[in-house]
Amino acid sequence: MNPLPWLVVLPLMTALVIFLLPTRWRAPGSLLAAVFLSLISIYTLVEVIRLGILVHALAGYAAPLGIRLRADGFTAVMAVLTALVTMFCAVQAAAYLRGKPEEEGFWPLLWFMWAALNSIWLSTDLFNLYVGVELLGLTAVGLVALSGNAQSLAAAMRYLLAALLGSLSYLIGVALIYGELGSLALSDLALHGIGLPTVLIALVMMTFGLVLKTALFPLHGWLPPAHGGALTPVSALLSALVIKASLYILMRLWMTLDVAVLPVYLAWILGLMGSGAVLWGGWMALRQNRLKHLVAYSTVAQVGYLFLFFPLVTGTAATAAVLAWDATMLMLISHALAKAGMFLAAGNLVFAIGSPRIADLAGVCRFRPFSLLSFGVAGVSLAGLPPSGGFNAKWLLLQSTLASGQWVWLPVLFIGGLLSAAYVIKVLGHSFIEGPLRDHFRTPPLTQEFSAFILASASLVLGFVSQVPLTWLRIGGPFAGGG
Amino acid sequence: MSVAAFYAWIGVGLCVLGLFGFIMHRHLVRRLLAFNIMGSGSFLLLVGLAQDDRGVDPVPQAMVLTGIVVAVASTALALVVFRRWFRVSGESILPEDV
Amino acid sequence: MDGQTLLPVAVVSTSFLAAIGIFLLREHRHRLRGIFNLTAALVKLALVVWMQFGVLAGIPYEFRFPLVQGVHFILRADALGIMFSGLSSVLWLFTTIYAIGYLEDSPNRSRFFGFFSLCVTSTVGIALAGNLFTFFLFYELLTLSTYPLVVHRGTEKALRAGRVYLIYTLCGGAVLLLGVAGLHGLVGDIEFAKATVLPSLAPEYSPLLIVLFMLLIAGLGVKAALLPVHGWLPIAMVAPAPVSALLHAVAVVKAGAFGIVRVVHDVYGVEFAWRLGVLEPLGWLAGATILYGSVRALSQNDLKRRLAFSTVSQVSYVVLGLCLFSPVALAGGLVHLVHQGLMKITLFFCAGNYAETLGVHHVDELDGTGRRMPATSIAFSIGAFGMIGVPPLAGFVTKWYLGIGALEAGAGWVIVVLVASSILNAAYFLPILHRIWFRPQVSPWPEEQFLSHRDTHPWLLLPPLITAGFCIAAAVFAGLTFSPLHWAEVVVTRGGLP
Repeated sequence: MNPLPWLVVLPLMTALVIFLLPTRWRAPGSLLAAVFLSLISIYTLVEVIRLGILVHALAGYAAPLGIRLRADGFTAVMAVLTALVTMFCAVQAAAYLRGKPEEEGFWPLLWFMWAALNSIWLSTDLFNLYVGVELLGLTAVGLVALSGNAQSLAAAMRYLLAALLGSLSYLIGVALIYGELGSLALSDLALHGIGLPTVLIALVMMTFGLVLKTALFPLHGWLPPAHGGALTPVSALLSALVIKASLYILMRLWMTLDVAVLPVYLAWILGLMGSGAVLWGGWMALRQNRLKHLVAYSTVAQVGYLFLFFPLVTGTAATAAVLAWDATMLMLISHALAKAGMFLAAGNLVFAIGSPRIADLAGVCRFRPFSLLSFGVAGVSLAGLPPSGGFNAKWLLLQSTLASGQWVWLPVLFIGGLLSAAYVIKVLGHSFIEGPLRDHFRTPPLTQEFSAFILASASLVLGFVSQVPLTWLRIGGPFAGGG
Repeated sequence: MSVAAFYAWIGVGLCVLGLFGFIMHRHLVRRLLAFNIMGSGSFLLLVGLAQDDRGVDPVPQAMVLTGIVVAVASTALALVVFRRWFRVSGESILPEDV
Repeated sequence: MDGQTLLPVAVVSTSFLAAIGIFLLREHRHRLRGIFNLTAALVKLALVVWMQFGVLAGIPYEFRFPLVQGVHFILRADALGIMFSGLSSVLWLFTTIYAIGYLEDSPNRSRFFGFFSLCVTSTVGIALAGNLFTFFLFYELLTLSTYPLVVHRGTEKALRAGRVYLIYTLCGGAVLLLGVAGLHGLVGDIEFAKATVLPSLAPEYSPLLIVLFMLLIAGLGVKAALLPVHGWLPIAMVAPAPVSALLHAVAVVKAGAFGIVRVVHDVYGVEFAWRLGVLEPLGWLAGATILYGSVRALSQNDLKRRLAFSTVSQVSYVVLGLCLFSPVALAGGLVHLVHQGLMKITLFFCAGNYAETLGVHHVDELDGTGRRMPATSIAFSIGAFGMIGVPPLAGFVTKWYLGIGALEAGAGWVIVVLVASSILNAAYFLPILHRIWFRPQVSPWPEEQFLSHRDTHPWLLLPPLITAGFCIAAAVFAGLTFSPLHWAEVVVTRGGLP
């Protein structure tokens, strides 16, 4: 049986069913369905490893009017990653949201989000990607707005405006491409290349829209309030997965187009923006005094690393490009795991101390060491310190930088790593304080602490098994040959 | 200039106009309206560009239909969030401090 | 998978599993935790001893698996690695005993012993790392696992020290990473073996290799407390005594020194490094550090700070021995890795005993401690005399070999440095000994706890006495197989110097 349609259909159906269930059934029902969907995602990966690229035309209609789904290694790994992160965020949310008014809205939105993510991973044409991205944006905004206080509503509004502008810009790009080439399939794009000026304009428009949605510096303004102010499991999902979706589309676009004819300056602009993100995001994270906002700015910084991909693959030697691909993939996965773990851990810490401020963490190390450990472990990976997936990614990025001769990125990697270590240490330092102790800390449920720990430690374990996902990711991709 | 190209140019004009409004205005409902104008412009562009002497192409029609549905949904969500925000804060613009 | 591949992994993972187990134990399970910890330490020691026989017999112990594109994770036991891991597993055992006594009735012991074991894991990992990448992995893990130990007390001062410590070591780590990555980009995976790859590169790469060498040494020099980047070491003294003891004797400073040995000896090769002309400046830097540390130690009133500056000075003996391009001096430098560890850990144990039993932290409060705590004071005196280089103690062997080596290499300035440093060592240790033994107690002890009438708590007393015994044995039995000196000579002969 072809698992591809189920990756999209099952979460959509679940969303509708969950919507009809009474509130107290929504969490257990969702967890049950999440197990199924995770199994399907893993099955997809297994099938991709076994058979190579999988394709499915929905309801038997062929493109362009029908919708064609396609899974290569990249798709399958992203689907499994989505399942893994969402699964543990859902486990955490089940405990975290119990009895809160937000519980009612959270679960259906979660499922729509999952459906949108999977449809993005699987889409093969630009317009379906647009629909997926729009659905994703709307559910994400809904999730941010859930808590209903003024701050999160303002954050949601800002996020919505950015998301709408982003997807519209993308849509205009799509319109231009269709008008010029008469096709929307990614594969056709490769054939036509971008010799035509219209296509170049379209590419710029689409890139702008996607970059805005990925919150790349200096277009990141909407992210910190949205990710920092949302409910904990929502923050984790948004930072780990949602911003990756637009990046995924951008990477697909760039890799589909013939790298040799891509405008190098555009890639360099993206790389420079990424460098700015690494430095500015790290600096701002260091200056935050609220824990979750610190983690949110850390996302801004980490997104920057991912954008170094573009200059490193455009017009560079094949070895450098392969290294950059591996590095970015590893960075993407380990960031998703570590950041989800870190947000969940941060949420647990905030719950334990009953305050969002970093300064109130004093003494938490003695009373809630487990949550702090998860935070620290995730921090190790984010700061690119060994042994972790983050470190291996940074190592590969360094190698790619050296191999391509683009030395400009070296100081970025250097300072960025130190900045991220600094903000992690800032949090740890505060929690190590022993003084006139308060000894009243609330105890988060164990499932909450464990979901954070599992995600965080997964990013650490990734440091020892990096080669495995990297091999899968090559299946059917442009770097299938390997290095 | 063909009719189709004329539509496309109108679309571009609407997009620019909408973008201008989107950036210049602070009132959230105005920004939303500007966004809708931009949306209409891009739909016109989509339909206008795709028509050529071969006759009517169904694909952009289908896409625009989908796009309109998406735009309506987005607008609805934006209005809900805006109303909540207005009720909680009494403001119709976003605080620029963050 | 057989014994030959698994043994290095087992050696590293004994302390790692101990760390996990300790983290899982509840805070109040002190006895169980102690048993667990000591068992792990004994098992590790037994495994290392077993491996020592194997390495002497020439059995290759190696474990490797691919980590990412073009990089392997390699654990391998060679003579140098065995020497260092032997030192760390011996001292882990005694420091654990000491720490159990020292931390009785203090909070956060679970965290302390957990990270302590993790710290030893990284040290042994550093010792057994088979390539630069694996070395770097454990080198950074060491930084991370020592931070909670440095800030253990949770005071404002401790946190500030922790911050300074991290700024130094993480910046050092980043510089080291640049060097490692640069070298990797040039020649691929760099395994620690007879250095043949770099010397065979075309001469036009020499300037690049010199730059990379400087990066590597700068990164490693931070932990080895080489001159301009030694500042963290005296500040990190706020940590509890067992931490300072381990940090100074094996873990952090030694990791840096050991790394420099690896880079010079196994990556560049002593001969090639000499030809590149990078060894001589490094030797001068080491000489300067030796003198600078000693001079600064003179004026320190805080006992642990005085010992810290003494460490700054003593660790550079290792580097100095490496830079003279003479096999005898190299043996002297290598053996000092072990000797300094034994002597310095004894001194720190004793300083901790004075502080814990009597509340004495400063040199001018030491008057008459010899009568109150005779056993501790004897151990301290042995350590101090060893540092000065009095025969028949460990420090003498080092200085003797370094001196002979310097004469052989025709580097007369080294003799001057050695003599000056010995005089300075005497100048900052002898007044302490004078106060301990020959001055009567003038004021009541600042904070006396009656741990024992005769001296101090047996758990605190035993470790320094034993390590002091090692200081004597290392010199008296230097000629025997398995003495540190013998290992150093094995390393030198296997390394293939002229």
